Amino acid sequence: MMNLAKWKVILVLLATILGFLFTLPNLLPAKVRDGLPAFMPKNTLHLGLDLQGGSDLLYSVDVVALRNERLTNMAEDVRTTFRDKQIAFTDLAVANGEIGLRVSDPTQMSAALNALRQSIGGPGVNGTREVNVSTGDNQRIRIAFVPEAFDADVSKAVDQNIEVIRRRIDQMGTKEPDISRRGKDRIDIQAAGESDPERLKSVIGQTAKLSFQMVDETASPEDLAEGRVPPGDEILPSTDGVAPSYIVKKRQVVTGEMLTNAQSTFDSQTNQPVVSFRFNSIGARKFGDITRQNIGKRFAIVLDKKVISAPVIESAISGGSGQIHGHFTVESANDLAVLLRAGALPAPMKVEEQRTVGAELGADAVKAGAISGIIGLVATVVFMIVIYGWLFGGISIIGLIVNGLMIVGVMSLTQATLTLPGIAGLILTLAVAVDANVLIYERMRDELRAGRSLITSMQAGFALAMATILDANMTHILSAMIMFQFGSGPVKGFAWTLAIGVLTTVFSAVLVTQVLLAWWFRATRPKTLPIA
Amino acid sequence: MKFWPLIKVLPVRTHFRFVRLSRLFATLSMVAIAISLFLTVYPFKLPCGGLACGIDFAGGTVLELSTAPKAIDTGQVRGALKGLGLGDVQVQPVGGPSSAMIRFQTPAGADISKTVAAVQAKLTQSLGTVKFTRADVVGAKVSGELLTSGLLGLGLAILLMLLYIWFRFELQFGLGAVAALFHDVFLTFGLIAIMGRLGKIEFDLPAVAAILTIIGYSMNDTVVVFDRMRENLRKYKRMPLGDVIDMSINEMLTRTIITSFTAVLALAALAVFGGPTLYGLSVIMLFGIVIGTYSSIYIAAPVILLWGVKRSDEEAEPLKPATQR
Repeated sequence: MMNLAKWKVILVLLATILGFLFTLPNLLPAKVRDGLPAFMPKNTLHLGLDLQGGSDLLYSVDVVALRNERLTNMAEDVRTTFRDKQIAFTDLAVANGEIGLRVSDPTQMSAALNALRQSIGGPGVNGTREVNVSTGDNQRIRIAFVPEAFDADVSKAVDQNIEVIRRRIDQMGTKEPDISRRGKDRIDIQAAGESDPERLKSVIGQTAKLSFQMVDETASPEDLAEGRVPPGDEILPSTDGVAPSYIVKKRQVVTGEMLTNAQSTFDSQTNQPVVSFRFNSIGARKFGDITRQNIGKRFAIVLDKKVISAPVIESAISGGSGQIHGHFTVESANDLAVLLRAGALPAPMKVEEQRTVGAELGADAVKAGAISGIIGLVATVVFMIVIYGWLFGGISIIGLIVNGLMIVGVMSLTQATLTLPGIAGLILTLAVAVDANVLIYERMRDELRAGRSLITSMQAGFALAMATILDANMTHILSAMIMFQFGSGPVKGFAWTLAIGVLTTVFSAVLVTQVLLAWWFRATRPKTLPIA
Repeated sequence: MKFWPLIKVLPVRTHFRFVRLSRLFATLSMVAIAISLFLTVYPFKLPCGGLACGIDFAGGTVLELSTAPKAIDTGQVRGALKGLGLGDVQVQPVGGPSSAMIRFQTPAGADISKTVAAVQAKLTQSLGTVKFTRADVVGAKVSGELLTSGLLGLGLAILLMLLYIWFRFELQFGLGAVAALFHDVFLTFGLIAIMGRLGKIEFDLPAVAAILTIIGYSMNDTVVVFDRMRENLRKYKRMPLGDVIDMSINEMLTRTIITSFTAVLALAALAVFGGPTLYGLSVIMLFGIVIGTYSSIYIAAPVILLWGVKRSDEEAEPLKPATQR
């Protein structure tokens, strides 16, 4: 009966064996798994963060802040240029995403525009200019970024940020998180097993702009208390545990870019954790000069607009290296050294989305998923046996098992992420798999009833049900595709699992069932179907 | 008489007159859809209307914490958070006596990440040993995007199914299928709205995934019935369309019931034992499968009757022998 092609049998056997081989690592304890010979697959299922515990952080580059920063720098360029060319101007300010200013003397207008054209906004992408300069009444001039040029800037900043984050994390020495770019201005970081992402966040999210600024010793404590800021100064909060805030000179004497190295060590006298650093030649020279000129005064070590330490200069430091005595723990000293070594983030970032699942909760979820999966499976098995009897029910159950081996095998092989909703997808696959079998069996019964012989009924059952099965399962694939396109994390996992499940289901329902039924037919030469 | 295997005992061929009842059921469905739509959108409040909006779409923070082995005092938790200016804070027990869930909106303009850190610090300070088992924070920008893309996904799924059925069958079938889909999706939204009002199911990403799955499943069911209908339309060319529809549904009835029952079994296990995360997902899918089965029979097929199908005898006739030319 049923011209059973050899390739079908071989394919089914191959799928079963490979499915088993690739599923096997999941069933073995880690120790046995490591002892397997080299040719055996060792990958287990890749669990999503919701199952193994961990943190998923989605950052976005703060585009507004980046724009303001760039514009502020550009405004300074404008100021210098005009001063050099002796063009009088007023109201130079950055507002609403552009620079505004007013040229005082109408006759200097064209000179001003010429100067701007030469000095700012060099050619951006595609050779076009980076900025738009427009004029208004009363000699007003507005300077804004060309949107495309600024987008390209953002994109570059995101790449640089990823680079810096990667360097920081590499040096942290924790379990390696996945860092990936999302869309135009987002960065996604997935850290498995990290159930307290606060340290990770403090290392990743910190801009880490370091500067050395002189403390303004002429400003009195009363000025500070009343918030009076002398021109050219700024008030910065402090974390050094000595004073709540300082008035410092705005001018940054030396900055973090001039560092070549930073290490966390211990102070040789107090045994406190400190961060030692080393400048490059320019930094060393500047630092040497400034310390020589300001002996007895204090300078502030400023990190992201916060004073972390404000020591008194006791002697000129010309060697180009020094120590930061902050209010450190071993860990925070280490983190700061990491930040300084990896460099500052070119663009500030903020957290847009955070998902953290504790490892215990993840383990509970795995347990719940496994229990409901087993119960669902047992219920299905019992139901199929009750409906179709040992033989036909049994055949579809063997199909289910092969199907299961294939799904787990494929998912282990491809390292597709299994999420909690993905487990639901697996369980739903049970129903889909059973459906394919039911379609075939019912079709056989129909054909028998229509008066065909047993053999033709069985053959027609497969042939005709096949089209229906393909058509019907296509709909699952379509909806899985859409979920994959639009969903995030766990939903993607669900879609992926469902799609793999549907594909293996069609295979196992059509081929495995066919091979088993053909074997049964050859062995027993039945006269009637036990289900009709 | 043997009762096993059960398939031998089940009636071989049923002769229900489904089409005759379709008017009644269509009316019932319309009423149900109207109620569902009302519950879904009322009160007219963005972003989720009458659905209990999860943080995926509303933005905000959900923290789960455990003070095991000590029992948790939700009053104390509430008190600790009072001074932080978080606005409406919901605290409710989950899982066991030592676990609770806190949900709040990040105040406008505040850094979401810093807010969470502050809340956690405050709770640690006032509760002593506390473990944060889950912290989900979704910013306003992301939640807006998730909602848009979720709804877009739903719309696209329905459109894709229409195209697929149109391509594989014909337009009338596609319209019937899509009518059934809208029926299923609207009623499912009604269920989410009701369960949301009972505080059981939130409208979030997994809920959208569940609806998408239902779309796939309901379609699957519809395709199977349509497939048989197409076959019977070719086989019995002169049989009235209504009778062909009835016959096709009856022929597939055993299969429909067995399949749906298996799905219900599997999903019921998931709803009962799958834990809180999978509860919403599995209840929505359970409901969708029942509704999807109903709609393939009472919505999709009768809609075809309403529109009629092209049945040209000549076209389907076997080709005349070449000699006649």
